[in-house]
Amino acid sequence: MLQETGTEWLSQEVKTGTTIIAVEFDGGVVLGSDSRVSAGASVVNRVMNKLSPLHDKIYCALSGSAADAQTIAEVVHYQLDVHSIEIDEDPQVRSAATLVRNISYKYKEELSAHLIVAGWDRRDGGQVFATLSGLLTRQPFAVGGSGSSHVYGFVDAEFRGGMSKEECQQFVVNTLSLAINRDGSSGGVAYIVSIDEHGTEEKVVLGNDLPTFFDQ
Amino acid sequence: MDSVPVNGVLRSRLIETTIMALEYDGGVVIGADSRTTTGAYIANRVTDKLTPIHDRIFCCRSGSAADTQAIADVVTYQLGFHSIELDEPPLVETAANLFRASCYRYREELTAGILVAGWDRRKGGQVYCVPIGGMLVRQPVSVGGSGSSYIYGFMDSNYKPNMTKDQCLELTAAAVSLAMERDGSSGGVVRLASISKDGVERRVILGNQLPKYSTH
Repeated sequence: MLQETGTEWLSQEVKTGTTIIAVEFDGGVVLGSDSRVSAGASVVNRVMNKLSPLHDKIYCALSGSAADAQTIAEVVHYQLDVHSIEIDEDPQVRSAATLVRNISYKYKEELSAHLIVAGWDRRDGGQVFATLSGLLTRQPFAVGGSGSSHVYGFVDAEFRGGMSKEECQQFVVNTLSLAINRDGSSGGVAYIVSIDEHGTEEKVVLGNDLPTFFDQ
Repeated sequence: MDSVPVNGVLRSRLIETTIMALEYDGGVVIGADSRTTTGAYIANRVTDKLTPIHDRIFCCRSGSAADTQAIADVVTYQLGFHSIELDEPPLVETAANLFRASCYRYREELTAGILVAGWDRRKGGQVYCVPIGGMLVRQPVSVGGSGSSYIYGFMDSNYKPNMTKDQCLELTAAAVSLAMERDGSSGGVVRLASISKDGVERRVILGNQLPKYSTH
């Protein structure tokens, strides 16, 4: 920080160096994200909600370049609106994920964003899809963003199938807290979204309410 | 370890590794994977990265194989000499400072990330971290190598102060297994050692006996 003139952040790309996670449970999904947006060493937004709605019961979690991720989410939100009017019913999570994947794959050289798509639909219940680099794969849970590498061990060890909604929420909060603890590009508050057949619930866990660990 | 041509000469490196050391009341537990790679070829699948420096002091090596072996040899000699002069077993802090002295003085030429762990009569079990660059810091638990990124979250959530020796062994085996699962450059078997006033106990956990996790 000694030589900073203070204006580097104006010219550096804005990234949501981030931790995002989505977990499926029987009957729905829980998504979680941190809230830090950085441009180089500066935090340009400390309360950004990276969980973006694509439809009533389908959300996506943004990571990578902030502009790219937001734009993909907005475009797919529009495409999904049109699609749901055409089919005259709520869209499937797989359709939303496919739309995201199509953009990510077609423009993979130009874009650098990774979106995790998760939601609930009547046909297959809760589903989580990863769309990294233009692939499409359904997974019981998915993590992404720069903070995710620090918690692979934790989620591999702690995830079990058959968790309840509350257990999933606790799992998501613990994972975000651990990642925020270790990743300089993740921080702020934790946003949690829970989606099931009854509706969508958005929650914020403030910094001082996040779980702490042995070295804090 | 992998080989990268440097000035036309192949040099083995073992940056891609997972090493871990933690303190418990009465001693320390250390662990490592066993993979050494030369590019994509695994040159040694049963490497021993846990190197004795003195009767009750070990080091875990990551970084360049040649560099870390050379430094360990030098420190073993220096510590042996020092211990004879003192006419008593050397302190772990002394061993750690000898590592730091070499790693810091030759920091431009070396690539060495070392964990020094052992037991002495004055302070009991201690773990000292000497990462690339030559810093020295004592930590209750420390991980190193490329595979370590994946297990920071697991370590933070599962380590508690004042665990028993068996809990530490289990935690180390689990953590190194998780890292080996995710890091392509770590693998093989898990080597463990526990050091206390009663001596050193070494064991090996073979591939098929490693804890299994549902990584779908």
